[in-house]
Amino acid sequence: MRHITGGVDKLRVEGTTIRQVLEQLESRFPGFKERIVDEEGSLQPGVAIAIGNELTVLGVLTPVQESDEVHFIPAIGGG
Amino acid sequence: MTTTENRPQFKVVGTRPVRHDGLEKVTGKAKYGADVILPGMLYGKVLRSPHPHARIKAIDTSGALKVPGVMAVVTSKDLPIQSDKMVELGEAHANMKQVAENCLASDKVLYKGHAVAAVAATSPHIAEEALEAIKVDYEVLPFVLSVDDAMKPGAPLLHESMVTKAILGGKPDPAKQVGKSNVSSEMRWVGGNLEQAWRDSAVIVEREFYTKPVHQGYIEPHVTTVIWNPDGRITVWTSTQHTFGVRQQTAAILQVPEGMVKVVPMEIGGGFGGKINVYLEPAAAMLSKKTGHPVKMVMTRKEVFEASGPTSGSHNKIKIGATKDGKITGWQAWFAFEAGAYPGSPVAMGAMCSSAPYVIENFDISALDIVVNKPKVAAYRAPGSPIGAYAIESVLDEIAEKLGMDPMDFRLKNASKEGTRQITGAPLGKIGNTEVMTQVKNHPHYKSPLPPGKNIGRGVAMGYWFNIGMQSSAVINVNPDGTISLVTGSVDIGGTRAAVAMQAAEILGIRAEDVIPTVADTDSIGWTGVTGGSRTAFSTGIAAINAAEEVKRQLIARAALMWEVKPEDVEFKDGLCINKKSGKDTLSIKQIVAKMMMTGGYITASATSNPKMPGAAFGAMIVDVKVDPETGKVDVLRVTAFQDAGKAAHPSYVEGQIQGGGVQGIGWALNEEYYHTKDGVMANSSWLDYRMPTTLDLPMIDPVIVEVPNPGHPFGLRGVGEVGICAPMAAVRNAVYRATGTRMYQLPMNPGVIVSAMAAQKAAKK
Amino acid sequence: MAKKIVVQTTINDMPTEFLCEPRESLLEVLREGLGLTGTKEGCNDGNCGACTVILDGRITNACLVLAAEAEGRKITTIEGVASAEKLHPLQKTFLEEAALQCGICTPGFIVAAKGLLDKEPKADEHRVRHWLAGNLCRCTGYDKIVRAVLKAEKEL
Repeated sequence: MRHITGGVDKLRVEGTTIRQVLEQLESRFPGFKERIVDEEGSLQPGVAIAIGNELTVLGVLTPVQESDEVHFIPAIGGG
Repeated sequence: MTTTENRPQFKVVGTRPVRHDGLEKVTGKAKYGADVILPGMLYGKVLRSPHPHARIKAIDTSGALKVPGVMAVVTSKDLPIQSDKMVELGEAHANMKQVAENCLASDKVLYKGHAVAAVAATSPHIAEEALEAIKVDYEVLPFVLSVDDAMKPGAPLLHESMVTKAILGGKPDPAKQVGKSNVSSEMRWVGGNLEQAWRDSAVIVEREFYTKPVHQGYIEPHVTTVIWNPDGRITVWTSTQHTFGVRQQTAAILQVPEGMVKVVPMEIGGGFGGKINVYLEPAAAMLSKKTGHPVKMVMTRKEVFEASGPTSGSHNKIKIGATKDGKITGWQAWFAFEAGAYPGSPVAMGAMCSSAPYVIENFDISALDIVVNKPKVAAYRAPGSPIGAYAIESVLDEIAEKLGMDPMDFRLKNASKEGTRQITGAPLGKIGNTEVMTQVKNHPHYKSPLPPGKNIGRGVAMGYWFNIGMQSSAVINVNPDGTISLVTGSVDIGGTRAAVAMQAAEILGIRAEDVIPTVADTDSIGWTGVTGGSRTAFSTGIAAINAAEEVKRQLIARAALMWEVKPEDVEFKDGLCINKKSGKDTLSIKQIVAKMMMTGGYITASATSNPKMPGAAFGAMIVDVKVDPETGKVDVLRVTAFQDAGKAAHPSYVEGQIQGGGVQGIGWALNEEYYHTKDGVMANSSWLDYRMPTTLDLPMIDPVIVEVPNPGHPFGLRGVGEVGICAPMAAVRNAVYRATGTRMYQLPMNPGVIVSAMAAQKAAKK
Repeated sequence: MAKKIVVQTTINDMPTEFLCEPRESLLEVLREGLGLTGTKEGCNDGNCGACTVILDGRITNACLVLAAEAEGRKITTIEGVASAEKLHPLQKTFLEEAALQCGICTPGFIVAAKGLLDKEPKADEHRVRHWLAGNLCRCTGYDKIVRAVLKAEKEL
């Protein structure tokens, strides 16, 4: 999402849950949050969140630790 | 053939017991969806649009109601109007309003075959006849059938208010944003420095690929039987991959609380992703409500082709570069997939999967989802991945050849590993990519000389699928004879009753035959995700393991009580409780259970799973073909199909998934397609002309199970159902190239296409 | 609507009488009329073999036969393949060789393969593939089905 972040593709933020991380990202890059969650705070359809190589099962309520890498990725469905 | 590294042998997992539901299935006793026969049952049939795109001005159903034997007629006016409500389906997220409209069109029909009305009658023949008495006034509209036509300026719009949505990194071209569009969404991933990468390349290959929609091809048509009871409770008997999904969708479309809908899973005759969305339930439910009778609706084979959910056709542009040593430098890809009538193609997954086997640092990848006047696409076995792999693995083959490198050596040189970042930035977990590649390279098939003769060639390709997790539930009840009944909500499409039962048996040290598995309805078991996405043996297996672990805890507690020691003093090993204090006393499950009424009552346990690490799977195929240059017919001579299963719970059924997926891929490569006439109508909607592989088209399929354990599962299992279909199309295409000297850039590579391509190449050389 | 007609026939060695409309297929009547749901409908136009039955010793797609044509004939369906005491070798080997996944094509394959082995108990792989080319399977890729049929030959 470089065109939203002005070319930055990796950065450190504060927060103990993903929801807080998103608030931080939104304050730095307006327009970021609506790509990830809707007005009610639920994940946008088509979006999933991974921490490292693990999928989250709690969505934006997932707690994050100091060294966690958060990735916003497309939601995956199988057949 | 299974190759295993050094790891503890399991007692039950990895063996090949006869599956628990096998006897019923070989004697014709097993009940599938269409086998439901209820007292007073009516038969429903659907009137479908003859036009690929039209506005519905009026529907007059009065004629149908006059036909003797017809009991009710419904149109979309009988369905509560939907607000836009997103529902997690375990597959692409679905907009309930659009699902409802797909089931019964409201103001527009968007594809030939789009449902417009439904009739319930005392016999299916009468219902069919009654359809002809329904008068629909259509205003015919121009239509689009390809992504390119759909994107042209001034193209007819399917959804007049649809604007291209940017998802994650997508940035739709502002120039195209004037007015509305048939491009429903765009996603984009950019990384590194592509311009520099091209400068660093010794070889750059740039190609375009076109593919057609294909159908999952399950032998059993869609079917549902619904009763809307006077107390408002609705029961649905259906062949589905996801009972809880049918419940959610049906309740949402009918605007009733979910708990009022019970979905009973019948045995299912194939799904592959195509039996996750509802098609018939809303109409059947409303017909039942109007008549007070159960209503059964079965699709004809023609309806399955024209009105269920095939997968996308596509147009893809790929540009990849490499150094002279064979290191991939730049990777530029543009994927445009048909979504069918409503948004939601697997284009993003196609883009992600096709790049997963490789380390890619400089990339610019776009994924466009585009609506066209064809049935709404549904998931088809590793959705998107086979289409992406066809394009990418074909280009990689060309690069390897230009560099003078062996195709597998080139792939090994660029192979992704644990920790490699994918295009999304997320790192791969523990995977078996290089292991599968190495197995391919060292396999006797790969090393053997080609069979003697002309126009024979060998091709190879890799495939990848994420596999999904999601929740499953399991209940274990211990029987007085020491056997256990294991209840889950996972419909059994390919032997998962056995695979899941074996995992519970492993924990408890009992035999697979001592487990009695049942697949329960939505009132009788906790929420369980789809049988699909390669998740069932994995996630329902974990739920069964968790329930078995709880049973184990209870057995230990009972033994402790019987020995008058503490539970910490009891060890459970190989199906026996051992008294650590005395060092010699043991109690078997049977012995504990014989006394269970005196130690606290019957033993029962329930558990769920919601795993975070499904463990992605890599696959590969080597295929030898012989091409007749005069007719373009391709004979498949030899196939070896590889797949990392992590740990194969039941190797025979894992082999079955590898073989079945491989053969679907071969059919997709050589013959299968939706052939549309210039009137926007599918011309080949029968199995005579939609050509799936038969016994005569194939040799034996040699499966190689590779096992790189998945740390996300107690026994190392990875999902196995899907990745087998990813590699075949490119493998066949690469083989056809080596057999003929001509590269193909479209699917299917049927005889006519091959002959034309060879002729064009010959003419170009002159 | 034409009046129903009475048909007298033999199904799985049992004398059977049923009512049917002239336009109904044997497949419909077996399934909905007689409750013999083991024979399956895949396409209803003779292209998939899921409805294979044996009609007077010959394998036939029941969807292409009018129910009325069953008069005086002898029909074997999947329900008649096993004996009262045991499974047919084909049923046994299909289970052992895991020659089914979803199982919907299995009755058709077993009846069709029985039709072959009744006449050619030593058919080779190519003959087996040729004979079964009218039966579609989407799950297995046919490998294990062909192996199961060849294995059953050893146990006839």
